[in-house]
Amino acid sequence: MAEPPLFSARIDRQLAGVHAFSAFVAATLVSTARRPFYANEILQQCYEVGVRTLPLATLTGLITGMVFTEQSRPSLASFGATSWLPSLVTLALVRSLAPLVTALVCAGKVGSSIGAELGSMKVTEQIEALTVSAVNPIKYLVVTRTIATTFMVPVLTAYFGFVAFLGAYFNVRSHEGTSWIAFVKNGFGSLDVLDVGSAVVRAVVFGFTIGIIACWSGVSATHGTQGVGRAANGAVVQSMLAIFVLEILIVQVISLVRSL
Amino acid sequence: MTEREVVVSIRGLEKSFGTNVVLRGVDLDLYRAENLVILGRSGTGKSVLIKILVGLIEPDAGTVVVLGQDVHALKRRELDALRVRLGFAFQHAALYDSMTVEENLGFPLRMNHPKMPEAEVRERIDDVLEAVGLPQTRHQMPSELSGGQRKRIGIARTLILRPEIMLYDEPTAGLDPSTCGEINDLILQVRERYRTSAIVITHDLTCARATGDRIGVLVEGQLLVVGTFDEVFANPDPRIQAFYDYNFIQGARA
Repeated sequence: MAEPPLFSARIDRQLAGVHAFSAFVAATLVSTARRPFYANEILQQCYEVGVRTLPLATLTGLITGMVFTEQSRPSLASFGATSWLPSLVTLALVRSLAPLVTALVCAGKVGSSIGAELGSMKVTEQIEALTVSAVNPIKYLVVTRTIATTFMVPVLTAYFGFVAFLGAYFNVRSHEGTSWIAFVKNGFGSLDVLDVGSAVVRAVVFGFTIGIIACWSGVSATHGTQGVGRAANGAVVQSMLAIFVLEILIVQVISLVRSL
Repeated sequence: MTEREVVVSIRGLEKSFGTNVVLRGVDLDLYRAENLVILGRSGTGKSVLIKILVGLIEPDAGTVVVLGQDVHALKRRELDALRVRLGFAFQHAALYDSMTVEENLGFPLRMNHPKMPEAEVRERIDDVLEAVGLPQTRHQMPSELSGGQRKRIGIARTLILRPEIMLYDEPTAGLDPSTCGEINDLILQVRERYRTSAIVITHDLTCARATGDRIGVLVEGQLLVVGTFDEVFANPDPRIQAFYDYNFIQGARA
């Protein structure tokens, strides 16, 4: 006979889901430290995550830099402070825009790809085929992809920041005629170590989050092709939500550190 | 007469999914170099039985001893070492669709024997491709193969690790009668060539008669009877006779 629910069937199911996800994260972290390390697969995944996202990062970075600068100009112009544009743009990019927009772009591009790939492998028994061949799927599929996103999202963030900075420079150059050296000096002069450090922490946390949630969504897929679609969709939606929640938490922590 | 070596011993196996009871106290022995067929209609827990055998599913109760080792008492590494000695041919082949046939075949070897010389890997790939009669598919992608070819390559991928026990999950499901015959022949050839024992899960009586030394019929989570094809279907139990009728081969009984 089935046991009665602890709270309600729905809450019990959600708690079981949280427990299963926690166990999955723990298994991934433990497996990361254990041999074998599948270096070739990690490199392959770094290529998939990094190189294949470059065109999208370039386009979104350039547009973000240009548009943000363009939209900020009227407000600063009303105070006669357009000379602050480089520092405003640089601070905005490093403190928030670059890590956040890059993470959202990666959640869409990389998260959906990983979710669909692993989801498809799950429903066609390819993951079970790995297991019966004595290959640990957590190690071979999840650890490699999570390492790749944790490493490549920060790299893409730095690249996105640079391209957006260039986009901002092109805009400022065309309106105010500012030189490259003056733009860089003005922009970077406003940054401190905590700004850069927090950007790196954000990018690493977001990268790990995208990888682990996309993998979880994929390996949890059920019900055939519909399940694969749900896995891809779940990977994007859940990782985007997690990124926003984590962004709020990280901002609070950094504000606390600044106030010390 | 010398006693035959038992390579798989299952005792009191029980498994439920929620309120759905799938296996209710199954007892079973598989002997060395024997092909044992488990017959049953779809959804009767046949696949669950062999997935429990390789540790893919945890049973609720009972013991499964494979090649002298209690599967569900093993640590991860020990279980992996045992899995290398078992070959699991999936119902839909489960080929890695991002890899060519050659890469699919080489993958288990490269993962389990990373130091094996490349020449030996190629030699093993040639051997299993020849065994399944598909050397021309070496550079093809799984999506370019027919259903029968996919099943054969799936079997080849399990053979590459030279398993002692083969587990076939519905090897003829979804294939035309001619291809079913080829797969049945292949199952017999695999035993001859690689000296394997095998459990064949199927609902296809022709496959059962062609490949099985002994046949067990799984009905409502229990093995009703185990014996030769003729012994099993001489049993008057209406559930076994209904299964026989279900396969529409009454005319072939005599």
